Amino acid sequence: MPKDKAAAQRVYTVTEITQDIKLILENTFGEIWVEGEISNFKAHTSGHFYFSLKDQDSLLAAVMFSRANSNIKFKVEDGLKVICFGKVTVYKQRGQYQLIVEKIEPKGIGAQQLAFEQLKNKLYKEGLFDPKHKRPLSLMPFCAGIVTSSTGAAVRDILQILKKGSPCTDAVIRSVKVQGEGAAEEIAAAVNDFNEYGQVDTVIICRGGGSIEDLWAFNEEIVARAIYNSRIPVISAVGHQINITLSDLAADVFVETPSAAAKIIVDKKNALLAGLEGYRYELNASLSEIIHRLQRNLITLKYMLKSPLDRLLEKEQFLDELTNSLNTNLMHCLKFAKERFTHLAARLEALSPLAILARGYSLSMLMPGGIIIKDASKLKAGDSVKTVLGKGAFLSSVGEVITNEQRKTVI
Amino acid sequence: MNKEKQSFEEDLKKLQKIVEELAGGKLTLGESLKKYEEGIKLAQGCSSVLNEAQRKVELLMKKEGKYSLENFKDGLQEAEGK
Repeated sequence: MPKDKAAAQRVYTVTEITQDIKLILENTFGEIWVEGEISNFKAHTSGHFYFSLKDQDSLLAAVMFSRANSNIKFKVEDGLKVICFGKVTVYKQRGQYQLIVEKIEPKGIGAQQLAFEQLKNKLYKEGLFDPKHKRPLSLMPFCAGIVTSSTGAAVRDILQILKKGSPCTDAVIRSVKVQGEGAAEEIAAAVNDFNEYGQVDTVIICRGGGSIEDLWAFNEEIVARAIYNSRIPVISAVGHQINITLSDLAADVFVETPSAAAKIIVDKKNALLAGLEGYRYELNASLSEIIHRLQRNLITLKYMLKSPLDRLLEKEQFLDELTNSLNTNLMHCLKFAKERFTHLAARLEALSPLAILARGYSLSMLMPGGIIIKDASKLKAGDSVKTVLGKGAFLSSVGEVITNEQRKTVI
Repeated sequence: MNKEKQSFEEDLKKLQKIVEELAGGKLTLGESLKKYEEGIKLAQGCSSVLNEAQRKVELLMKKEGKYSLENFKDGLQEAEGK
C-alpha cells in the first residue's frame, strides 16, 4: 500500500498530532546541553525566566522556572553566551517546542567570575570605585581599626610590623569572620561599627591569602558599599592574591597583603620623622643666616659711627699734610728765585763798566759834578776832568777841545 | 589618642608655616628668635609623638549598641612580658 494513501486515510486531531510530536521530541532528545546566546530575556513577576537561545541561523525558545533560577549567581541578560541544560518539550497550547532550562552556565568563564564582573561593572557605573571619591589617608595614622579575624595570621602580621616600625600607632581590632556564610555581612558591619565608634583614624580590612572562594566575602556588594560609605579612610589588604577584590576597588588605598598595609603606616611615620629633621635643619640655617646678616650690618654701622675725637684727629692729620705740602712748595719757590738771582747777577757782571775799563777803556767825568763826558764840545780848556781807568784814576785839566772831525784825523 | 596626637597635624602645619616665615627673612631679630624657639619646640614635640612607643592593642566590642574596649592578648605581647 502506497504510503501517501495510508497517510491520507488517517486524520489526526490537533491534540493528537501535537501529542505525537511531543512524544517524539521528548523521547528523542531527553535531557540535553544547548549552547547559544540569550535574547528577548524577560523575568516575569512570577519569577520565571522567558528567553530565546539563538545562534547565527536559528532560535530556540527557552523557559527557566523560578525554582531552577533562584540560585543563579550571575545576572542573566541579553547577549550573554551560555550553555543550558534541560529538556526539550512541546508547549501544547501554542504548538511550540521549547527548552525547559534546569541549569545555566556562562560560556567561557565561570558563573562566579561572571557574577563578579557584572557586579563590578554595576558598582563601577554607580561610582563606587571613582578616584574622586577616594579619601586621603590621615597624615599620620595614630589609631588603626583593623577588621579581620582576631585569630588569623593577618592581624598578627600587622601588629608585629606596627610594633617594630610604628609603635606610636594604637590598634583596635574588630574581630569578624573572614570567609564562609555571613562573613561579608560581618565585615560590612565592622566597617560601619568603626565609623560609629569614631575613635580610629584609619580602617584596615584584611585577611591572609586563600583561594578565590576563601576571599569571596570581600567581593560582596555589601562590603564594597560599606567601604564606600565609610567616613574614615579604608585600606584594603586582602591577601596574597593577584585577583583584585571589590573591597580593594572600593577602598581608598589597596595593597596586596596585610603586612603591606602596616608598612604604609610605618613609611608614613619614617617620612614624617625625616621631614621633621629637615625642618629643624632649615630653622637652624635660617636663624644663623639672620644672625650673619645682622653681624654684617653691625660692622657697617660701626664704621659709620665714629667718635668726634676721631674726626678731630682726622682733621689734624689733614692739616699736617697741607702744611707739609706748603713747605715743600715754598722751598721750591725759594730755590727758583735763587737760581734766577744768580743768573741775573752773572748777566749784570757782563754789563759792568768796570769790566770794560779793565780791557783798556777809560771813563772821564767833568769835575766837580762828576758828569760822564760823552761829547768833547761840552768841554772847554781849563775844565777839571777825572779820568777813571781799569785800575785807579787821575785828575787832569783840559788843554784844548778837539771837535769830532779833528778827532778822526788824529786817529 | 592623647592630646599631642590629636594636634599633630595642626602642629606640623604650624611648624611648616614657621619654617617658611623664618626662611623669608622679613622678621626682626626678636620675632625670628621667638619663631625659631617655637619652631624647634614644635619639631621636638612632633618627633617625640612619633617616637612614642606606648601603643595599645585592643578589641572593639559591641553590646546592645554600646561600644567597649577589651585588652587584646596575642603572642606578641606575651612575649614582651606585658
